[in-house]
Amino acid sequence: MGPLFPLNLIGEETNLIIGFFIGIGFGFLLEAAGFTNTRKLAGVFYGYDFVVLKVFFSAAITAGIGIYLLSYYGYLDVKEIYYPQTFWIPTLIGGFIMALGFIIGGFCPGTSICAAATGKVDAIIFVGGAIVGVFFYSVTFDAIWAPIRDSGAMGKVNIASWMGISQGLFLFLLTIIAVMAFFAVTIIQKRVTSKRDYKL
Amino acid sequence: MERRKQYMNPYLAGFLIGLFMIAAYFFSGEGLGASGSLKSVVVAGVNVIAPNYAKEATFYKSYVEKPDSLPIKTWLVFEVLGVIVGAIISATIAGRLGSEIGKPPHITNKTRLIAAGVGGVFFGIGSQLGRGCTSGMVMSGMGVLSLSGFIGLIAIFGGGYMIAYFFRKLWI
Repeated sequence: MGPLFPLNLIGEETNLIIGFFIGIGFGFLLEAAGFTNTRKLAGVFYGYDFVVLKVFFSAAITAGIGIYLLSYYGYLDVKEIYYPQTFWIPTLIGGFIMALGFIIGGFCPGTSICAAATGKVDAIIFVGGAIVGVFFYSVTFDAIWAPIRDSGAMGKVNIASWMGISQGLFLFLLTIIAVMAFFAVTIIQKRVTSKRDYKL
Repeated sequence: MERRKQYMNPYLAGFLIGLFMIAAYFFSGEGLGASGSLKSVVVAGVNVIAPNYAKEATFYKSYVEKPDSLPIKTWLVFEVLGVIVGAIISATIAGRLGSEIGKPPHITNKTRLIAAGVGGVFFGIGSQLGRGCTSGMVMSGMGVLSLSGFIGLIAIFGGGYMIAYFFRKLWI
Protein backbone atom coordinates (compact mmCIF):
# COMPACT_ATOMS: atom_id res chain seq x y z
CA MET A 1 0.00 0.00 0.00
CA GLY A 2 2.94 2.38 0.50
CA PRO A 3 4.45 4.69 -0.56
CA LEU A 4 1.22 6.65 -0.39
CA PHE A 5 1.93 9.70 -2.56
CA PRO A 6 3.72 7.94 -5.44
CA LEU A 7 0.82 5.46 -5.60
CA ASN A 8 -1.70 8.34 -5.64
CA LEU A 9 -3.23 7.38 -2.29
CA ILE A 10 -2.80 10.91 -0.95
CA GLY A 11 -2.96 14.24 -2.78
CA GLU A 12 -0.13 16.61 -3.55
CA GLU A 13 -1.03 19.19 -0.90
CA THR A 14 -1.31 16.55 1.81
CA ASN A 15 2.05 15.21 0.70
CA LEU A 16 3.73 18.61 1.02
CA ILE A 17 2.16 19.19 4.45
CA ILE A 18 3.40 15.77 5.58
CA GLY A 19 6.84 16.73 4.28
CA PHE A 20 6.72 19.89 6.36
CA PHE A 21 5.84 17.96 9.54
CA ILE A 22 8.44 15.28 8.90
CA GLY A 23 10.93 18.12 8.50
CA ILE A 24 9.89 19.53 11.88
CA GLY A 25 10.63 16.17 13.49
CA PHE A 26 13.99 15.88 11.71
CA GLY A 27 15.05 19.44 12.59
CA PHE A 28 13.88 19.10 16.19
CA LEU A 29 15.88 15.91 16.68
CA LEU A 30 19.03 17.23 14.98
CA GLU A 31 18.97 20.24 17.31
CA ALA A 32 18.11 18.16 20.38
CA ALA A 33 20.98 15.75 19.66
CA GLY A 34 23.47 18.65 19.54
CA PHE A 35 23.99 18.85 15.78
CA THR A 36 23.94 22.64 15.79
CA ASN A 37 27.11 22.60 17.89
CA THR A 38 29.94 22.67 15.38
CA ARG A 39 32.49 21.41 17.91
CA LYS A 40 30.41 18.34 18.68
CA LEU A 41 30.23 17.62 14.94
CA ALA A 42 33.98 18.03 14.40
CA GLY A 43 34.60 15.88 17.49
CA VAL A 44 33.95 12.72 15.50
CA PHE A 45 37.17 13.35 13.57
CA TYR A 46 39.29 14.15 16.64
CA GLY A 47 37.93 11.62 19.11
CA TYR A 48 36.49 13.91 21.76
CA ASP A 49 32.79 13.57 20.82
CA PHE A 50 31.17 10.81 18.77
CA VAL A 51 27.58 12.03 18.81
CA VAL A 52 27.59 12.19 14.98
CA LEU A 53 28.49 8.53 14.61
CA LYS A 54 25.99 7.39 17.28
CA VAL A 55 23.04 9.33 15.87
CA PHE A 56 23.92 8.60 12.27
CA PHE A 57 24.22 4.83 12.63
CA SER A 58 21.20 4.53 14.95
CA ALA A 59 19.09 6.39 12.38
CA ALA A 60 20.36 4.49 9.33
CA ILE A 61 19.92 1.09 11.00
CA THR A 62 16.45 1.92 12.36
CA ALA A 63 15.36 3.06 8.90
CA GLY A 64 17.08 0.13 7.19
CA ILE A 65 15.34 -2.46 9.39
CA GLY A 66 11.99 -0.63 9.30
CA ILE A 67 11.96 -0.28 5.52
CA TYR A 68 13.10 -3.89 5.10
CA LEU A 69 10.24 -5.14 7.31
CA LEU A 70 7.62 -2.89 5.66
CA SER A 71 8.76 -4.10 2.27
CA TYR A 72 8.97 -7.75 3.36
CA TYR A 73 5.38 -7.73 4.66
CA GLY A 74 4.11 -5.92 1.57
CA TYR A 75 3.38 -2.51 3.12
CA LEU A 76 5.97 -0.61 1.08
CA ASP A 77 6.92 -1.04 -2.56
CA VAL A 78 10.60 -0.14 -2.65
CA LYS A 79 10.48 0.17 -6.45
CA GLU A 80 8.25 3.23 -6.01
CA ILE A 81 10.40 5.15 -3.52
CA TYR A 82 13.38 7.40 -4.10
CA TYR A 83 16.27 5.02 -4.51
CA PRO A 84 19.62 6.66 -5.26
CA GLN A 85 21.30 5.28 -8.34
CA THR A 86 24.94 4.42 -7.91
CA PHE A 87 27.54 6.42 -9.82
CA TRP A 88 30.57 5.38 -7.84
CA ILE A 89 33.15 7.76 -9.34
CA PRO A 90 31.33 11.09 -8.76
CA THR A 91 30.07 9.86 -5.37
CA LEU A 92 33.63 9.07 -4.30
CA ILE A 93 35.08 12.35 -5.62
CA GLY A 94 32.09 14.40 -4.41
CA GLY A 95 32.36 12.67 -1.04
CA PHE A 96 36.01 13.69 -0.67
CA ILE A 97 35.13 17.28 -1.57
CA MET A 98 32.35 17.14 1.06
CA ALA A 99 34.87 15.75 3.58
CA LEU A 100 36.99 18.87 2.99
CA GLY A 101 33.88 20.99 3.49
CA PHE A 102 33.03 19.15 6.70
CA ILE A 103 36.51 19.45 8.28
CA ILE A 104 37.07 23.07 7.25
CA GLY A 105 33.51 24.32 7.70
CA GLY A 106 32.40 22.22 10.65
CA PHE A 107 28.92 21.53 9.31
CA CYS A 108 27.08 19.62 6.63
CA PRO A 109 24.10 21.18 4.82
CA GLY A 110 21.38 19.77 7.13
CA THR A 111 23.16 20.67 10.36
CA SER A 112 24.11 24.11 9.04
CA ILE A 113 20.47 24.89 8.23
CA CYS A 114 19.45 23.93 11.80
CA ALA A 115 22.33 25.88 13.34
CA ALA A 116 21.67 28.93 11.15
CA ALA A 117 17.98 28.84 12.14
CA THR A 118 18.89 28.87 15.83
CA GLY A 119 21.23 31.83 15.51
CA LYS A 120 24.72 30.43 14.91
CA VAL A 121 26.48 33.08 12.83
CA ASP A 122 29.14 30.67 11.51
CA ALA A 123 26.35 28.40 10.24
CA ILE A 124 24.69 31.29 8.40
CA ILE A 125 28.03 31.92 6.66
CA PHE A 126 28.35 28.19 5.90
CA VAL A 127 24.88 28.11 4.28
CA GLY A 128 25.86 31.17 2.22
CA GLY A 129 29.09 29.43 1.21
CA ALA A 130 27.19 26.27 0.23
CA ILE A 131 24.85 28.30 -2.00
CA VAL A 132 27.92 29.91 -3.61
CA GLY A 133 29.36 26.40 -4.05
CA VAL A 134 26.22 25.13 -5.81
CA PHE A 135 26.26 28.23 -8.03
CA PHE A 136 29.97 27.73 -8.82
CA TYR A 137 29.23 24.10 -9.72
CA SER A 138 26.36 25.15 -11.98
CA VAL A 139 28.35 27.68 -14.01
CA THR A 140 31.39 25.38 -14.34
CA PHE A 141 29.26 22.29 -15.02
CA ASP A 142 30.13 21.87 -18.71
CA ALA A 143 33.78 22.82 -18.26
CA ILE A 144 34.65 20.64 -15.26
CA TRP A 145 31.94 18.34 -13.93
CA ALA A 146 29.85 17.03 -16.84
CA PRO A 147 32.22 14.20 -17.84
CA ILE A 148 32.73 13.07 -14.22
CA ARG A 149 29.13 13.25 -13.08
CA ASP A 150 27.80 10.35 -15.15
CA SER A 151 30.88 8.15 -14.96
CA GLY A 152 30.88 4.90 -13.02
CA ALA A 153 27.15 4.35 -13.59
CA MET A 154 25.88 1.11 -12.03
CA GLY A 155 22.12 1.77 -11.86
CA LYS A 156 20.06 1.11 -8.74
CA VAL A 157 22.30 -1.16 -6.72
CA ASN A 158 21.35 -2.72 -3.39
CA ILE A 159 24.50 -3.26 -1.34
CA ALA A 160 23.36 -6.66 -0.03
CA SER A 161 22.67 -7.99 -3.53
CA TRP A 162 25.96 -6.49 -4.66
CA MET A 163 27.77 -8.42 -1.91
CA GLY A 164 25.78 -11.54 -2.74
CA ILE A 165 24.08 -11.85 0.67
CA SER A 166 20.48 -11.43 1.82
CA GLN A 167 19.26 -8.04 3.04
CA GLY A 168 18.38 -9.53 6.42
CA LEU A 169 21.93 -10.83 6.89
CA PHE A 170 23.40 -7.53 5.76
CA LEU A 171 21.29 -5.58 8.28
CA PHE A 172 22.24 -8.05 11.00
CA LEU A 173 25.96 -7.62 10.24
CA LEU A 174 25.60 -3.83 10.00
CA THR A 175 23.90 -3.76 13.41
CA ILE A 176 26.67 -5.84 14.99
CA ILE A 177 29.34 -3.58 13.47
CA ALA A 178 27.49 -0.50 14.73
CA VAL A 179 27.14 -1.85 18.29
CA MET A 180 30.85 -2.72 18.36
CA ALA A 181 31.63 0.76 17.04
CA PHE A 182 29.43 2.31 19.76
CA PHE A 183 31.44 0.52 22.46
CA ALA A 184 34.78 1.37 20.82
CA VAL A 185 34.06 5.09 20.40
CA THR A 186 32.78 5.36 23.98
CA ILE A 187 36.16 4.06 25.21
CA ILE A 188 38.09 6.32 22.80
CA GLN A 189 36.05 9.35 23.85
CA LYS A 190 36.72 8.66 27.56
CA ARG A 191 40.46 8.42 26.93
CA VAL A 192 40.66 11.56 24.79
CA THR A 193 38.54 13.70 27.10
CA SER A 194 40.35 12.47 30.23
CA LYS A 195 43.56 14.08 28.95
CA ARG A 196 41.96 17.43 28.29
CA ASP A 197 38.69 19.20 29.04
CA TYR A 198 37.05 20.22 25.78
CA LYS A 199 34.22 22.11 27.52
CA LEU A 200 31.69 21.62 24.75
CA MET B 1 21.66 32.52 34.19
CA GLU B 2 19.33 29.73 33.24
CA ARG B 3 21.19 26.50 32.81
CA ARG B 4 20.97 25.04 29.32
CA LYS B 5 19.23 21.72 29.03
CA GLN B 6 21.23 18.61 28.26
CA TYR B 7 21.31 17.15 24.78
CA MET B 8 19.08 14.20 24.00
CA ASN B 9 20.52 10.69 24.26
CA PRO B 10 22.17 10.14 20.84
CA TYR B 11 20.84 6.62 20.35
CA LEU B 12 17.29 7.74 21.11
CA ALA B 13 17.65 10.73 18.76
CA GLY B 14 19.01 8.44 16.04
CA PHE B 15 16.20 5.93 16.54
CA LEU B 16 13.57 8.68 16.26
CA ILE B 17 15.24 10.19 13.17
CA GLY B 18 15.11 6.67 11.70
CA LEU B 19 11.35 6.56 12.36
CA PHE B 20 10.87 9.92 10.62
CA MET B 21 12.91 8.61 7.69
CA ILE B 22 10.64 5.55 7.47
CA ALA B 23 7.63 7.90 7.55
CA ALA B 24 9.14 10.02 4.76
CA TYR B 25 9.57 6.94 2.56
CA PHE B 26 6.19 5.46 3.50
CA PHE B 27 4.08 8.59 2.96
CA SER B 28 6.00 10.44 0.26
CA GLY B 29 8.52 8.00 -1.17
CA GLU B 30 11.26 10.50 -0.29
CA GLY B 31 14.38 10.43 1.85
CA LEU B 32 15.34 13.12 4.35
CA GLY B 33 17.42 15.69 2.50
CA ALA B 34 19.03 19.07 2.84
CA SER B 35 21.37 20.04 0.01
CA GLY B 36 18.63 19.65 -2.61
CA SER B 37 16.89 22.66 -1.09
CA LEU B 38 20.03 24.77 -1.59
CA LYS B 39 20.01 23.73 -5.22
CA SER B 40 16.35 24.79 -5.44
CA VAL B 41 17.31 28.21 -4.08
CA VAL B 42 20.08 28.59 -6.69
CA VAL B 43 17.91 27.34 -9.55
CA ALA B 44 15.03 29.65 -8.60
CA GLY B 45 17.36 32.62 -8.13
CA VAL B 46 19.12 32.18 -11.47
CA ASN B 47 15.77 31.59 -13.20
CA VAL B 48 14.54 34.95 -11.91
CA ILE B 49 17.71 36.95 -12.54
CA ALA B 50 18.82 35.39 -15.84
CA PRO B 51 15.96 33.35 -17.34
CA ASN B 52 17.58 33.12 -20.77
CA TYR B 53 20.77 31.69 -19.32
CA ALA B 54 18.72 29.19 -17.29
CA LYS B 55 16.98 27.96 -20.47
CA GLU B 56 20.32 27.32 -22.19
CA ALA B 57 22.76 26.14 -19.52
CA THR B 58 23.03 22.36 -19.10
CA PHE B 59 22.76 22.45 -15.30
CA TYR B 60 19.54 24.51 -15.25
CA LYS B 61 17.73 23.35 -18.37
CA SER B 62 16.23 20.19 -16.94
CA TYR B 63 14.86 21.99 -13.85
CA VAL B 64 13.49 25.07 -15.59
CA GLU B 65 11.77 23.08 -18.32
CA LYS B 66 9.64 21.15 -15.86
CA PRO B 67 7.46 23.50 -13.80
CA ASP B 68 6.95 20.67 -11.28
CA SER B 69 10.53 20.99 -10.16
CA LEU B 70 10.22 24.66 -9.25
CA PRO B 71 11.05 25.11 -5.56
CA ILE B 72 7.60 26.08 -4.33
CA LYS B 73 6.22 22.73 -5.45
CA THR B 74 8.97 20.42 -4.31
CA TRP B 75 8.62 18.16 -1.29
CA LEU B 76 12.19 18.77 -0.22
CA VAL B 77 11.71 22.51 0.16
CA PHE B 78 8.71 21.93 2.43
CA GLU B 79 10.69 19.36 4.39
CA VAL B 80 13.58 21.81 4.88
CA LEU B 81 11.17 24.59 5.94
CA GLY B 82 9.99 22.09 8.56
CA VAL B 83 13.60 21.41 9.59
CA ILE B 84 14.07 25.13 10.25
CA VAL B 85 10.90 25.29 12.37
CA GLY B 86 11.75 22.07 14.23
CA ALA B 87 15.26 23.26 15.08
CA ILE B 88 13.91 26.56 16.41
CA ILE B 89 11.29 24.77 18.56
CA SER B 90 13.91 22.44 20.08
CA ALA B 91 16.41 25.26 20.67
CA THR B 92 13.71 27.39 22.31
CA ILE B 93 12.69 24.61 24.69
CA ALA B 94 16.32 23.87 25.56
CA GLY B 95 17.32 27.52 25.96
CA ARG B 96 19.85 27.31 23.12
CA LEU B 97 18.35 29.93 20.84
CA GLY B 98 20.54 32.98 20.34
CA SER B 99 23.19 34.61 18.25
CA GLU B 100 26.67 33.16 18.73
CA ILE B 101 29.66 31.80 16.85
CA GLY B 102 30.45 28.14 17.51
CA LYS B 103 34.19 27.56 17.76
CA PRO B 104 36.96 26.31 20.02
CA PRO B 105 38.25 29.03 22.41
CA HIS B 106 41.66 29.48 20.74
CA ILE B 107 40.20 30.31 17.30
CA THR B 108 39.36 33.92 16.46
CA ASN B 109 35.87 34.79 15.20
CA LYS B 110 37.36 35.92 11.89
CA THR B 111 39.19 32.62 11.30
CA ARG B 112 36.09 30.62 12.20
CA LEU B 113 33.82 32.59 9.87
CA ILE B 114 36.26 32.38 6.94
CA ALA B 115 36.63 28.62 7.51
CA ALA B 116 32.85 28.19 7.70
CA GLY B 117 32.38 30.04 4.39
CA VAL B 118 35.15 28.11 2.61
CA GLY B 119 33.85 24.81 3.99
CA GLY B 120 30.37 25.68 2.80
CA VAL B 121 31.63 26.27 -0.75
CA PHE B 122 33.32 22.84 -0.79
CA PHE B 123 30.23 21.15 0.60
CA GLY B 124 28.04 22.89 -1.97
CA ILE B 125 30.21 21.69 -4.85
CA GLY B 126 30.63 18.16 -3.47
CA SER B 127 26.92 17.69 -2.81
CA GLN B 128 26.10 18.48 -6.44
CA LEU B 129 28.76 16.18 -7.86
CA GLY B 130 27.84 13.42 -5.38
CA ARG B 131 24.07 13.74 -5.97
CA GLY B 132 23.26 14.67 -2.38
CA CYS B 133 24.81 15.30 1.00
CA THR B 134 25.18 13.51 4.33
CA SER B 135 21.38 13.47 4.79
CA GLY B 136 19.86 12.82 1.40
CA MET B 137 22.58 10.72 -0.16
CA VAL B 138 24.37 8.94 2.70
CA MET B 139 21.86 8.56 5.55
CA SER B 140 18.74 8.11 3.42
CA GLY B 141 20.73 6.02 0.93
CA MET B 142 21.88 3.73 3.74
CA GLY B 143 18.27 3.45 4.92
CA VAL B 144 17.28 1.78 1.64
CA LEU B 145 20.60 -0.14 1.50
CA SER B 146 21.69 1.68 -1.64
CA LEU B 147 25.32 1.03 -2.53
CA SER B 148 25.83 4.73 -3.25
CA GLY B 149 24.92 5.59 0.36
CA PHE B 150 27.70 3.38 1.64
CA ILE B 151 30.22 4.70 -0.91
CA GLY B 152 29.28 8.21 0.19
CA LEU B 153 29.69 7.22 3.85
CA ILE B 154 33.21 5.92 3.21
CA ALA B 155 34.14 8.94 1.08
CA ILE B 156 32.86 11.62 3.49
CA PHE B 157 33.87 10.09 6.81
CA GLY B 158 36.90 8.13 5.54
CA GLY B 159 38.02 11.23 3.66
CA GLY B 160 37.45 13.28 6.81
CA TYR B 161 39.71 11.05 8.89
CA MET B 162 42.40 11.15 6.17
CA ILE B 163 42.58 14.94 6.19
CA ALA B 164 41.60 15.69 9.82
CA TYR B 165 45.26 15.86 10.91
CA PHE B 166 46.02 18.73 8.53
CA PHE B 167 43.16 20.87 9.81
CA ARG B 168 43.48 19.99 13.52
CA LYS B 169 44.42 23.56 14.48
CA LEU B 170 40.90 24.66 13.53
CA TRP B 171 39.41 22.36 16.19
CA ILE B 172 41.83 21.20 18.92
